[in-house]
Amino acid sequence: MARYAVSRILWLVPTLLAMTAITFIIMHLTPGSPFALSHMDRVAPETIARLERMYGLDRPLYEQFARYVWNSLQGDFGESYVWRGQEVRDIIGRTFPVSLHLGVMATLFAVVVGMTLGILAAVNQNGFLDYLSITLAILFYSMPSFVMGYLLILLFVVWLPGRGIDLGFNIGGWERPQDWILPTIALGAAPLATIARYTRSCMIEVIRSDYVRTARAKGLMERRVILRHVLKNALIPVVTMIGPIFAIVGTGSFFVEKVFNVPGMGRYYVESMDTKDQPMILAVTLIFGIFLAIMNVVVDLVYGLIDPRIRY
Amino acid sequence: MSHSRAHPSNVSVDEVDRTNRANAAALPAPTDEARDASLAALTDAGRLATRRRASLWGDAWRRLVRNRLAVVGLVIVVTFVLIAIFAPLLAPYGESEVVDVRLARYPPSWTWPFGLDRNGRDIFSRMMYGARVSLLVGIASYAIVLAIAIPVGSIAGYYGGLVDTIMMRVVDVVFTIPQVLLVLLFVNAFGAGLKNIILGIGLIAWVTEARLIRAQFLSLREQEFVMASRVCGASGAHIIFRHLLPNSLTPIIVAATFGIPTAIFTEAAISFVGIGIRPPDASWGQMVGEAARSAGDIQNDPHMLLFPVLAIGLTMLGFTFLGDGLRDALDPKGND
Repeated sequence: MARYAVSRILWLVPTLLAMTAITFIIMHLTPGSPFALSHMDRVAPETIARLERMYGLDRPLYEQFARYVWNSLQGDFGESYVWRGQEVRDIIGRTFPVSLHLGVMATLFAVVVGMTLGILAAVNQNGFLDYLSITLAILFYSMPSFVMGYLLILLFVVWLPGRGIDLGFNIGGWERPQDWILPTIALGAAPLATIARYTRSCMIEVIRSDYVRTARAKGLMERRVILRHVLKNALIPVVTMIGPIFAIVGTGSFFVEKVFNVPGMGRYYVESMDTKDQPMILAVTLIFGIFLAIMNVVVDLVYGLIDPRIRY
Repeated sequence: MSHSRAHPSNVSVDEVDRTNRANAAALPAPTDEARDASLAALTDAGRLATRRRASLWGDAWRRLVRNRLAVVGLVIVVTFVLIAIFAPLLAPYGESEVVDVRLARYPPSWTWPFGLDRNGRDIFSRMMYGARVSLLVGIASYAIVLAIAIPVGSIAGYYGGLVDTIMMRVVDVVFTIPQVLLVLLFVNAFGAGLKNIILGIGLIAWVTEARLIRAQFLSLREQEFVMASRVCGASGAHIIFRHLLPNSLTPIIVAATFGIPTAIFTEAAISFVGIGIRPPDASWGQMVGEAARSAGDIQNDPHMLLFPVLAIGLTMLGFTFLGDGLRDALDPKGND
C-alpha cells in the first residue's frame, strides 16, 4: 500500500509536467502575437516588439517553457497581459475560492441527494420511489450544466414570477446566500444523476448476494439487513465515482459561472480566452489540472484504505 | 467488410476448430470418416453461423424496440438527423436571412413559431441550420476519433509492450484535463470555425475510445478462439481484423452513441462562451449565448433563449435514451 501510494504520488510529477507542456505548446502555436489583437489595433510594430521582449516572448520556446515551470513552482504565474499591473496569482487567489465554494456545494448536493435517491430506489425496487428517482436521474444525467442553468432561470426567474410566484431568485450574482442555490443545482444535477444510478445498481447487486439472503433467512429485520449488511458494502464502490464527479463539477463550473455571473475562476478563464491572455489561460488550466490529478490520487488511495478487499 | 468477402475460406477456420472441440470425444484419431464428418459439420456450422449472426442483430433490434425509452430516443435522434439533412428544404428562411429588422425580438407567433431574434432573424430556421452544425460536428469528429483510436487501440491492445506503455501514459495526461477545456484551448489557439472545432474534438476525444478498444482487445486476445487462430498460423493483422475488431464492434457502437452527443455538447458549450461558431453562422450553443447576453434579454425575450436551450437538452436526452437502450440490447449478458 505504501509503495503504491508513493509511486502514484511520484507519477504526478511527469504527468503534470507533460500537461503543462501540452498546454504551453498549444498556446504558443497560436498564430500572431497576443499583442496584435483587433481591439488593440494601430499598435506600432516597435511597441509590439518591446512588449514581447518585456514578457520574454522573443526567447526560444524551450527557454520560455523552462522559465515558466521554474517560476510557477515558486507560485509566480506572471503578469496578466490584459489586466495590466495585476499578477495572475492575485486574480486566481481572488477567484479560485469562489469556484471552490460553488464546486464543494455542488458536489455535496450531488453526493447527498444522489446517494439518498439511489438507496431509496434500490430498497423500493420497481416501486414508486424507484421510478421517480430513475426518471429524475435519466433526465438530469445528460443535461449539460449550462442548459440546466438556463432552464432553472427560465422557470424560477422568468416564468414563475410572471405568474405571481416569486421565490426571490435573481438571474445572476453571488452576494446573497440565496444566489448560491440555482448555480449549485445546475452544477450538481448531472453528477447527482450519475451517483444515483450507480448507487442503485451497486445496492441491487449487494441485495441479491448470498450473504444478504443468509441475513434475511436467519430472520433479521429488513431494516437491519439494509442498514448493517447492504449499505456498508454497496456504498464503497460509490467512492470511486467521486474522482470523475470532481471533473464533471469542475468543467461545469466554467459554464455555470458564466450563466449565473458568478465571479469565479471559470468566468475569468473564458474572458481571457477571448483576449488571448496567455498567462491567465495557462495558469488556470494548470491549477485546474493539478487539482483534478491530486484529487484522483486521493480518491484512489482513500478507496484502498476503506475497502479491505483492495490489495495493491 | 470487403475483407471478409475477399477471403471466404478463412471464415471457417474457427468453426472447424469449434466443431472439433465439440466432437473431441468422437474423434479419437483423424480417420477418414471423421474427416468427412467434420467437413459435413463445417458446412453445417457455416450455415449455422450466418443464421446466428443475423439473429444476433435481429434479437438486439427486438430488445431495443421493446424498450420504451430507447424508442423515444430513437425517434428524437432520427428527427434530429432528418431536420439537419433537409434543413435547406424545410427552413422557411435562410440561415442568416433577416426577416425584418423592425420586428427584432418578435415573440413566437403563427408566422414565426419560435419568434425572431435580436437581429430580426427567424429563430426556427436558424435552429434547423444549427442542427446541421451539431450533426456535422458529431459525425465528422467521431470519424476522426475512430480513425485514430482503432489503429492505436488495436496495436496497443494486441501487441502491448512499449507502444502500450507510451499510449497509456499519453492517455493519462490527456485525461487529467477535461475534454471541453482542451478543445476550448485548441479552438482558441487555431481560430474559431467549424473545421477547427471538428479537428479539436477529434484529435482530443480519441483517447477515450482507444482506451476502450485496448481494454477489449486485452481480454479478447487471451480467449481460446484467438489462441486457436494463432496456432493455425494466422497473422497479427488477420487476427485483429477478423476476430478482435468484429468482436469489439458492439462496445464501439455503444461508445459512439455516447461519444457523438459529447462532441455535440462540446461544440455547443464552446460556441456558447463565444469561442466556437461565430455569427452570422448559426449554432445552438451560440444562439444560447447570444440570447443571454444580459439579464434584461432573458427577462424580456425569454423565447430567444428557451428554444435553443430545449433543442440542446432534448438532443442530449435522445442520445442518452438511445445509448442506454443500445447497450442493454447489444449486451445480453448485462441484462437482468
